Amino acid sequence: METTEKYHFDVVRWFSVAAVIYLVVGTLVGVIIASQLAWPVLNFDIPYLTFGRLRPLHTNAVIFAFGGCVLMATAFYSVQRTCGVKLWSNKLAWFTFWGWNLIIVSAVITLPLGLTSGKEYAELEWPIDIAIAVVWIAYTVNFVMTIANRKSSHIYVSNWFFLGMMIMITYLHVVNSLAIPVGMFKSYSIFSGVQDAMIQWWWGHNAVGFYLTAGFLGIMYYFVPKQANRPMFSYRLSVIHFWALTFGYVWLGAHHLQYTALPDWTGSLGAAISIAMIIPSWGGAINGMMTLSGAWDKLRTDYVLRFLIASLAFYAMSTFEGPIMSIKTVNALSHYTDWTVGHVHSGALGWVGMVAAGALYHMVMKLWNTEMYSNKLINTHFWLATIGTVIYIIALWISGIMQGLMWRDYDAFGTLTYTFAESVAAMHPYYVMRVVGGFLYMLGGVVMLYNVVMTIRQASTNPSTSAEPARA
Amino acid sequence: MADKIYSTKLQDKLERNIWAMILMSAFVLSIGGIVEIVPLFYLKSTMEHNQRPEIMWDRKEGQTLESWKAGDGIRPYTALELAGRDIYVREGCYLCHSQMIRPFRDEKERYGHYSLASESIYDHPFQWGSKRTGPDLARVGGKYSDEWHVRHMIAPRSVVPESVMPNYPWLVTAMVDGGTMTRHMEGMRTIGVPYTDADIAGAAAAVNGKSEMDAMVAYLQVLGTMAKLDYGVSYRD
Repeated sequence: METTEKYHFDVVRWFSVAAVIYLVVGTLVGVIIASQLAWPVLNFDIPYLTFGRLRPLHTNAVIFAFGGCVLMATAFYSVQRTCGVKLWSNKLAWFTFWGWNLIIVSAVITLPLGLTSGKEYAELEWPIDIAIAVVWIAYTVNFVMTIANRKSSHIYVSNWFFLGMMIMITYLHVVNSLAIPVGMFKSYSIFSGVQDAMIQWWWGHNAVGFYLTAGFLGIMYYFVPKQANRPMFSYRLSVIHFWALTFGYVWLGAHHLQYTALPDWTGSLGAAISIAMIIPSWGGAINGMMTLSGAWDKLRTDYVLRFLIASLAFYAMSTFEGPIMSIKTVNALSHYTDWTVGHVHSGALGWVGMVAAGALYHMVMKLWNTEMYSNKLINTHFWLATIGTVIYIIALWISGIMQGLMWRDYDAFGTLTYTFAESVAAMHPYYVMRVVGGFLYMLGGVVMLYNVVMTIRQASTNPSTSAEPARA
Repeated sequence: MADKIYSTKLQDKLERNIWAMILMSAFVLSIGGIVEIVPLFYLKSTMEHNQRPEIMWDRKEGQTLESWKAGDGIRPYTALELAGRDIYVREGCYLCHSQMIRPFRDEKERYGHYSLASESIYDHPFQWGSKRTGPDLARVGGKYSDEWHVRHMIAPRSVVPESVMPNYPWLVTAMVDGGTMTRHMEGMRTIGVPYTDADIAGAAAAVNGKSEMDAMVAYLQVLGTMAKLDYGVSYRD
């Protein structure tokens, strides 16, 4: 089957299955660390299992393992279909697959051992950082060369977004990871203090802005029109969306450092652009949703499309919340609290996780040339994911705003009302609620994994026909 | 579709030529970072000690790190403190504790004077953090006794019942390695931390026989005590 295929899809299949597995693994670690905050006894006094070491494992697993495999699967899939040619190099694509997974394995080993550079979302130590750069460039070169060989005259919009992500992540990763090695798995950032903080958050927010947004918008621009079987709502809006996002997102990192020792001009500049970003973000969300204009009834029967459109609703919501939180007066309350964590998860669970699920279901059906094993289970996954996300973010809205208000509360005598420890105790019910939300989301991932595995088994035992069980 | 396919000449050109598209994206993507980051390296106003040099330790010829007294000014970490800082990073303490006090009344009363940029000048990487699951630690130095810190790290809930912090009993038995600390200080010097030859030569002896717990306590006890800050002075505009 491989040799006669029109495109190099085997590597896409492997990336897709890996992504679903990492979805379960990454969210499982998330549920564990959320439980540790609710019940600290779950740290078990074992160094390798403490919150401080597992939290980087969670973020790396969901961002780089799950997110990375989704981005690699979808980019390699859609670039071939939109350009009408095979991947420039199948070998390089396999190198990317094995290289990336080797990096993930090394993260799973090194992070619990406490081998970390100590920079949030960029914890992996220098030898792994070098490997990431090499594999990422292999991914980018393959993508670019495939576009260079394309049969179509124009480059399709989804590819612009993937490309923007690849260039920006290269910048960010290389600059933010500059460090002096002092041991095989120990290095110090060459930057210090305020400059290191700005560079770290330039990376931190753009890991969100490009890796988890631009890349996943590339997914949206390919898979929403495909699944809806309608053209994109507006070409012009997508041009504006792309360039405004490309120019604007880069500035936002500074809003993570409001009222810190970062000079005021930098934080204010970051906040100003953050507020302006609501325009391209909503432009993009509207562009995706309006693609369904005149065919909204499809949402009733097509569960995959439901994932894609719900993800855009979460995208619109969190790109509204983000600019609000970057306003200095709001940030004074929200910074350092769980509200930030909740905000990240409304984007990560609601937008990234759901658009990825939609794209993965779509691809699995195309790649194995079959219907899904169970359409019902897609719907089950959808509701577990949606309800889980909503519970999660509501819990952290309450706990975050409560924390912020407790810290700054004064009593009638003009003294601080609460000790810090009292604010910690007040968080407990919401931390439990967060575990419930996260658990439901993870359960959705398990349902998806089961469904995907059964679909593939069914397709391989019965390859010629589309083995769809009776659809009610 | 809401509109006809309609484009500007430039956009049309970019969409037909991948290399032009790459160049244009690479250019547009670089602007924000350059404008926000590069000035931080040369604007004198970024670091408070450019206006107020007294907050830095003015180290005289032949002085060792041990001759520094609390309040003398910002200085590089001693070998033992640096070992503690390495453990702080290893255990991911920064994921729950910030080291950055904002200029608000409640933070001043809870944690102390707002943090200055100059105070983290030797912090590779910075440890400002982004989340306060636990309290800020920027000025925790001197607030609690060494004994309190030891008990707290072995079993946090024995001193703070509400705490959700993990226990760190293994810090008591694990020892700090002198050779490692010498290499770490040499690395720090390469990237601009002003350690003298004597500082580095004495590193191994300074941590000899010390446990990781000793190192952690040394690090925590120096946090925020380096510069003596005056509430009557405006360090930042």
